[in-house]
Amino acid sequence: MIGKIHSIETFGTVDGPGIRYIIFMQGCISKCKYCHNRDTWDQTCGIEKTTSELIKNIKNYKAYMDSSGGGVTVSGGEPLLQAEFITELFKKLKELGYNTCLDTSGCLPISDKIKELLKYTDTVLLDIKHIDNEKALKLTGLSNKNNLDFAKYLSKQNIPVWIRQVLVPGYTDDPNDLKKLKAFIDTLSNVQRVEILPYHDLGKSKWEKLGVDYELNDIRIPTDDDIQKAKDILNIN
Amino acid sequence: MEVEQWQDFNLGTWQDEIDVRDFIQKNYTPYEGAATFLAMPTKRTEKLWNQVLDLYKKEKKAGGVLEISNDISSTISSHDAGYIDKSLEQIVGLQTDKPLKRAIMPNGGIRIVEKSCESYNSKVSDKIEDIFHNYRRTHNDGVFAVYTPEIRAARSSHLITGLPDGYGRGRIIGDYRRIALYGVDFLIEKKKEDLKSLELSSITEESIRCREEHYDQISALEELKIMANKYGFDISKPASNAKEAVQWTYFGYLGSIKEQNGAAMSLGRTSTFLDIYFERDLKHGLITEEDAQEIMDHFVMKLRMVRFLRTPEYNELFSGDPVWVTESIGGMGTDGRPLVTKNSFRILHTLETLGPAPEPNLTVLWSTRLPKGFKDYCSKLSITTSSIQYENDDLMRDYWGDDYGIACCVSAMRIGKQMQFFGARANLAKTLLYAINGGRDEKTGTQVTDKLVPVTSEYLDFDEVWEKFDKMCDWVARVYVNALNIIHYMHDKYAYEKLEMALHDKEVYRTMATGIAGLSIVADSFSAMKYAKVKVIRDETGLAVDYEIEGDYPKYGNDDDRVDKIAVDIIKMFIKKIKKQPTYRHSSPTMSILTITSNVVYGKKTGNTPDGRRDGTPFGPGANPIHGRDTHGALAVLNTIAKLPYKYAQDGISYTFAITPNTLGKDERSRVTTLTAMLDGYFSKFSHHINVNVFDRKLLEDAMEHPEKYPQLTIRVSGYAVNFTKLTREQQLDVINRTIHEKI
Repeated sequence: MIGKIHSIETFGTVDGPGIRYIIFMQGCISKCKYCHNRDTWDQTCGIEKTTSELIKNIKNYKAYMDSSGGGVTVSGGEPLLQAEFITELFKKLKELGYNTCLDTSGCLPISDKIKELLKYTDTVLLDIKHIDNEKALKLTGLSNKNNLDFAKYLSKQNIPVWIRQVLVPGYTDDPNDLKKLKAFIDTLSNVQRVEILPYHDLGKSKWEKLGVDYELNDIRIPTDDDIQKAKDILNIN
Repeated sequence: MEVEQWQDFNLGTWQDEIDVRDFIQKNYTPYEGAATFLAMPTKRTEKLWNQVLDLYKKEKKAGGVLEISNDISSTISSHDAGYIDKSLEQIVGLQTDKPLKRAIMPNGGIRIVEKSCESYNSKVSDKIEDIFHNYRRTHNDGVFAVYTPEIRAARSSHLITGLPDGYGRGRIIGDYRRIALYGVDFLIEKKKEDLKSLELSSITEESIRCREEHYDQISALEELKIMANKYGFDISKPASNAKEAVQWTYFGYLGSIKEQNGAAMSLGRTSTFLDIYFERDLKHGLITEEDAQEIMDHFVMKLRMVRFLRTPEYNELFSGDPVWVTESIGGMGTDGRPLVTKNSFRILHTLETLGPAPEPNLTVLWSTRLPKGFKDYCSKLSITTSSIQYENDDLMRDYWGDDYGIACCVSAMRIGKQMQFFGARANLAKTLLYAINGGRDEKTGTQVTDKLVPVTSEYLDFDEVWEKFDKMCDWVARVYVNALNIIHYMHDKYAYEKLEMALHDKEVYRTMATGIAGLSIVADSFSAMKYAKVKVIRDETGLAVDYEIEGDYPKYGNDDDRVDKIAVDIIKMFIKKIKKQPTYRHSSPTMSILTITSNVVYGKKTGNTPDGRRDGTPFGPGANPIHGRDTHGALAVLNTIAKLPYKYAQDGISYTFAITPNTLGKDERSRVTTLTAMLDGYFSKFSHHINVNVFDRKLLEDAMEHPEKYPQLTIRVSGYAVNFTKLTREQQLDVINRTIHEKI
């Protein structure tokens, strides 16, 4: 099968356990205002690769994965848009003994294709865009229904998950929202880790390059204090 | 032989003949734990170090050189004893009678000494001028008396650069441990036996030279005793405790740096050897861990104060007063035991007790089988100080056994058994341009090499250019090795390293260490010819001066075999040509892929290249890709580097790596774990070397504007570490512009 790839990062260190080979898929349907990979949205472009081509290259990095307990992470864009391709990739990787992670926002309804993909996924890194549906819609252009249903499905299937919340001052840092998020997370039985990803503006230039307006120009970067407050609410050490 | 200083030591063959390795193997205690045992610096250490820091400030204020001993041609025993603060110093000995006062060593070349003195508002004394202009020839004069026109042409066009023809060649490591273990008298006795064995029935040119060298070596050892005596020590007998062992070892090193202003004056592999003495004293309750650390701290302080007088031009090539006091730490024994001891930790710990510093050039010999506690301690220090380089012990042990050390940056040699004839490097990027232009210089238009047929087509054809490049490399390799043969003949004749060689065996294995610069540029240029189209732009005289690339091509540094294989082919092709040349003293040719900081100067002297690099812009340092061309993340570059075959580049393959702390991980613990895993992964692929830097670009930018805030900011450049604020502005910019792996 052929997939559309945005880019490869060979030294991922925070998106899953150990050292990760990260494949960024091309194409996304969320329109997150803070997106730092704006150039991954377009579903029509991307570098075409077969799963065999990718695996041939991934094998070159096995030594680093072995020494660190790492593996392969598929991120995006939104990887669920190419679920079949990733299923084929993960299936082969599992046969070869690799650890697999899927970095997604779970913005599509759970389909058979997605269920099949999750069979070969060791850990899901799940972005909760916003616990409040109105605000989610405003921030990402999408309702959070699929997002939260995805989390519940993973819990039911007992698939290990890392929950991630991007902390954008003025958008996602309302203590009440964070408390609601905490309550939601507490209903899930499969959460290995909860992470705060502080918003940064290093992706801004990518918007400018594409000639699209960046709406968060006036938003500040969260301070250590902001981050600590959010962590306290979410009970993160 | 029975010696009281050897009490408690396990016997082997070492006590009857000189064999430090045997002594280490029979007596050392591997340490497999963590760094928790280490002690804090003593009050005395802090006080003394503050005095040194003050001296550094004064030196900086004085324009980089504090004082010059301009009326004494330095020898092992030429200067009176010097101290920083006698009441505090646990290890003593300075190069001259005052701290940071620089000695002159005109045997290498009087003109360089004069020039250096002038640049720092000093003047060589009349007596010395008289001697070295009228009575005594120097190495430099010897070389230029016999250089051929083609060597001069290759040299002044910067095709071959950095040759040690005006200064000491360095890259020889005396086995300084021998002084501590045996005492000087035993060494002299053994050298006399060697000299006797050279009473051959037929006297040849070679045996005359050997006999004279041995005679000189013996006199150097005698002189070393005189030097130690000035400090109140009798080193004729072996060291009897840890403090003496460190002091004796340091005296050996000190004697060498009083006698030689070598490009790289490396220390060897001393810390595990010294640990045997520390363990014995600790066991007998003679010292505490605090005492042990104090002795190592004071030793390292001395190593941080080594200074040579050099010209501003030299600094442009190798900035920041590098001396390459390289100490090799760790590694595995051939019997499978780690050579890591508590003292391996102590010497690294000086980066914390005294703060980061470029010297000594701390070099960890990495094996995937090293104890985890040691690996993690190294990673932690790399993250906090960016002061360590790593070299692959699992790779080198097969070549050099388990008692080799690194000279300079990446040159491995068996301690006391092997030396090299240092040969700087040939500029292969320029060689490629000469191949295209039939030997005319792309900047001046002058015919430099033999007249070869230039490329005349509009587009570069891979096969045609490769053939012409191959021919041009024949010329370069021949002229290059000829130059080196002359240089080392003259160095042996006029500036022989008699003390360093006195600390070697009689039979010494010699390598002729050539090197190349511009590997990634040449590889990318050929890749562009093969996978894109390269149009030649010529001036009115037909000289190719620029190139237009149509389309994209695979670039070196992205783990792409299409181009990485070209790089491997270049290495194999060039060393093959080097190996065809006859070499001085039948030395074995080797090659390095190393530029040190000279990548900036090489760039300045090299015009536009067919890979799209612009005239004057820096080369990638060592085996690095050109800045910004590696786009697949840090490990893709590491994989590219790991493909370069050590077998064909046995003088070392240098790679300099920089990453931001946040890219390495979210917190200290995960950063340490990740870096350790990265090094394990990298070295398991038979790669050779890596400089590890962990910093944010912003920090460097701030240090550039406010150097006073960062007196000890240390970074690794190609093959050595340097105080960032001592780099030239151009070099600082080069470091900042270099790819710093960063997660967005």
